Amino acid sequence: MSEIVLATPAGEEMILNMGPHHPSTHGVLRFIVRTDGEVMSEAKPDVGYLHRAIEKICEGMTYEAFMPYTDRIDYVAAMPANHCWALTVEKLVGAPVPPRAEYLRIITDELNRISSHHIMLGAHAMDLGAVTVFPWLLREREMVNDLLEELCGARLTYNYHRIGGVAVDMPAGWPDKVMRFVDRHGPILDELDRLISGNEIFVKRNRGVAVVTAAEARSYGMVGPNARASGVDYDLRRDAPYGLYAKVLAGLEQKGTPFEVAVGRDALGVTGDCWNRFYVRVEECRQSLKLVREALAQIQETPAGEFWTPPKKIRPKGEALGRVEAARGWMSCYVVATGEKTPYRAHFRTGSFTSMAVVRAKSRGLMVADLVALIASLDVIAPEIDR
Amino acid sequence: MLPKETYDLLVATFGEIVSDFTEGSGIKDPFCRVKPERLLEVMRTLRDHPALQFDFLESITAVDWPKSSEIQLVYHLFSYPLRHDFVLKVTLGREAPNVASLAALWDSADWLEREQYDLMGVVFAGHPDLRRLLLPEDWDGHPLRKDYRQPAEYRGMRTTRPSPLDLLPAFDAHNRAQQATTKGDEK
Repeated sequence: MSEIVLATPAGEEMILNMGPHHPSTHGVLRFIVRTDGEVMSEAKPDVGYLHRAIEKICEGMTYEAFMPYTDRIDYVAAMPANHCWALTVEKLVGAPVPPRAEYLRIITDELNRISSHHIMLGAHAMDLGAVTVFPWLLREREMVNDLLEELCGARLTYNYHRIGGVAVDMPAGWPDKVMRFVDRHGPILDELDRLISGNEIFVKRNRGVAVVTAAEARSYGMVGPNARASGVDYDLRRDAPYGLYAKVLAGLEQKGTPFEVAVGRDALGVTGDCWNRFYVRVEECRQSLKLVREALAQIQETPAGEFWTPPKKIRPKGEALGRVEAARGWMSCYVVATGEKTPYRAHFRTGSFTSMAVVRAKSRGLMVADLVALIASLDVIAPEIDR
Repeated sequence: MLPKETYDLLVATFGEIVSDFTEGSGIKDPFCRVKPERLLEVMRTLRDHPALQFDFLESITAVDWPKSSEIQLVYHLFSYPLRHDFVLKVTLGREAPNVASLAALWDSADWLEREQYDLMGVVFAGHPDLRRLLLPEDWDGHPLRKDYRQPAEYRGMRTTRPSPLDLLPAFDAHNRAQQATTKGDEK
């Protein structure tokens, strides 16, 4: 850090500090920007302001007790982080999960993905000056929050998954409420397209900005919507399905409304630019609605009340890597266990972490104002970088 | 390609540099060990060999084993075109863990290695910008080491604060005293 601040800028360049409290930096992020007028020669991200040593904390507690901490890895989409931890420990222990729990996991993951994308889409538009979209999407997000609150009692940090299942079954009448939301939300997304996705100013502001090629995305380890916007056609839910995703996807296929992985393309934007990173998420919301609808149909065939089979003793020995498709992409959790009550070592590799690393390379030659577009389009969440 | 086949291919190319293919009983993702001396070459083969094509370095994890005085680095690789994965482990001495950086092969290694340097103290030789990533530049020690002790202070700021539960008796006593005085006033 000190090395950067003390460096003398060349020629007319100056060093501009952005953050750590800049409101458009999505949590506490800091950038050290070298700029000559409006054009940057480099923006160096300085992260770590939200480092809570989650991996160290994990070593001091039992596998079950760590669940609420995973909420804090990504507090905008806590459900998939829960899922990632549960999945990894279940893989390690060999614990079975009842089908009802698997469906509930899919439903909650997808609902949470939608509500997380609401934040991203709204914030992206707001960062570029379109204020309407954010509160408008927050209204929709509230509905998801209400649904999840009714299910598990929390609106943000759910602590809903358990090793071997989920904490509680659906309350009476809940599926109907979810269906009402799903029915309502499809047209809302179409309205969103009319409101912002195709808006001339918005498109001009994002088209061709900070283009990440597919090869770069793979090399930088970008995952999830960010990688897909660059044309990396890979989604764990389709290509390495976990839980009952395969069954839900097959169900959708049968009904003639197959799950389609949203991939960036040269349309209003150029593959890999900020516009595609925005629009891939709009498409993902549509796909998530399909998944929720199908999972809700299939869950009716599972017996009520069978939502959790807690393993008798969690004292695994060995190691495992668990992967889920979180809202910010492929999240990996690697656990080393030595037969104790507590994990010996756990490591999380998250989508925001690798996405953030691309900022420095992509900022070269970018306008300062476009840096905001880049950060917003990458949908980085500081706690997920810092853990 | 299955991990075992990948391993056989590596052994055929590198001989005893690659060894100990381990799977089963608790090991949910099979791994093999690589000697640190030729790590870069092994990794380059993994990335560039047409039958392997590991174009995605998924994660790097350092694990501290003080009993055997070792630090293990675990590399998780994945191939998008061929849809297979592979796990490699490199064992380093705990006193001065030093290994070749992979930043020239995968851009993602830049931050992944900085994180492990920061939290575990592994030095990656040839890394373009090896600085702490998450902790402040002047932080002492590497917290994920098993023998790490948290310092009491950082630049005059305490790193711990008393548990609210310890403060509770005093808080209660204060409240009771207050209630007693109000009741006294009512009378």
